Amino acid sequence: MAGSKEIRTKIKSVENTRKITKAMEMVAAAKMRKAQERMRAARPYGEKIRSVAANLSHANPDYKHPFLMKRDLVRNIGVIMVTSDKGLCGGLNTNVMRLLVNKVKEWEGGNAKVQATAIGAKGFSFLQRYGIPVVSHVLGLGDKPHLDKMIGPVKIQLDAFSEGKIDALYLCYTQFINTMKQEAVCEQLLPLTGDKLGVPDSSWDYIYEPDPQVVLDELLVRYVEAIIYQAVSENIASEQSARMVAMKSATDNAKKVIDDLKLTYNKARQAAITKELSEIVGGAAAV
Amino acid sequence: MATLHVNIVSAEQAIFSGEAEMVVAPGETGELGILPGHTPLLTRIRPGTVKVKLAGQEHDEVIYVSGGILEVQPKGLTILADTSIRARDLDEAKVKEAKRQAEEALTNRASGQDRALVVAELAQLAAQLQAIQKLRRK
Repeated sequence: MAGSKEIRTKIKSVENTRKITKAMEMVAAAKMRKAQERMRAARPYGEKIRSVAANLSHANPDYKHPFLMKRDLVRNIGVIMVTSDKGLCGGLNTNVMRLLVNKVKEWEGGNAKVQATAIGAKGFSFLQRYGIPVVSHVLGLGDKPHLDKMIGPVKIQLDAFSEGKIDALYLCYTQFINTMKQEAVCEQLLPLTGDKLGVPDSSWDYIYEPDPQVVLDELLVRYVEAIIYQAVSENIASEQSARMVAMKSATDNAKKVIDDLKLTYNKARQAAITKELSEIVGGAAAV
Repeated sequence: MATLHVNIVSAEQAIFSGEAEMVVAPGETGELGILPGHTPLLTRIRPGTVKVKLAGQEHDEVIYVSGGILEVQPKGLTILADTSIRARDLDEAKVKEAKRQAEEALTNRASGQDRALVVAELAQLAAQLQAIQKLRRK
């Protein structure tokens, strides 16, 4: 019965792996539901602030905030990359990285320099390896992202834009489409294009306190932050569902491996018994 | 009695939504009381409590907000609440903290290279030690 013990140990170890992947699948499923709720909870703020900003920029055509001004020459580009902190979630982070690499090649082809902000540990280590200067980063946001932690790192990029150190700001993250489908996207955040703000649904003249500029300035910063927060919460929902799917297929694969191993084990056992029997029979015949 | 529709939302969640008779909020330039039919207004609000007098109910809804923006439309009222207290210096401090972290990460990376060197050296020493032990056994 050579090898049967090894096969048994192997079966045991694969079974243990399956238990772990199964548990991770269930944890991810529970977390995904919560992450989706949070994602939806963040939506009204973004919509409200967008409509107010649209109203405001429409009502004040003479005042142009730097965020709204398009620059002809794009020499320096800022990018905010949202990834997960942990691995084991299928191709989620790899897809964002691949998209970013393509974009960076395209930008560098146009002689633009890139500086990045990393949200999430995976993207942070990737950017360092790839050699893109990281001006700020946020790690360990956890399952409940808090906007508070992102304000500083994001403001570095926003300030760089206002000061003219960068001419455009992009946001790369994984968009949550549904449980089975997530898509890596890279969209332009700044300058805000007119069609992104949209046309105001209705227009009336506000009384501004203290004055329109101050209010518009604040609103636009909040708006950009809200978009980033939305991206982060969407990324978390994507991460959990990608992990759930990845772990489900890992569990299924483990089951297949176990079945194969069991078959081999039984065959080996049967062969050993047959061999022993024939030896006994052979021995008896000789006597 | 006329009511106005009140929405209080923050970036992280919707805090309150409902009909109200009156809303009292801490405006940038002073306490504001808003009744139905108020003229459109857009203002910053300071950290403080927002009192919402609910339609047809005795008690008021009191909500703490850490600043934000108040918008009054003909149809209703929206408060875009901040998730935490925001001020120029506070934001500035956060920027500084983030910059410090980024620099720290850079220096840490350098020390990571040092660590790799040390590990390589250690492996070399271990191999030498093994060789010596083997020689001794002979």
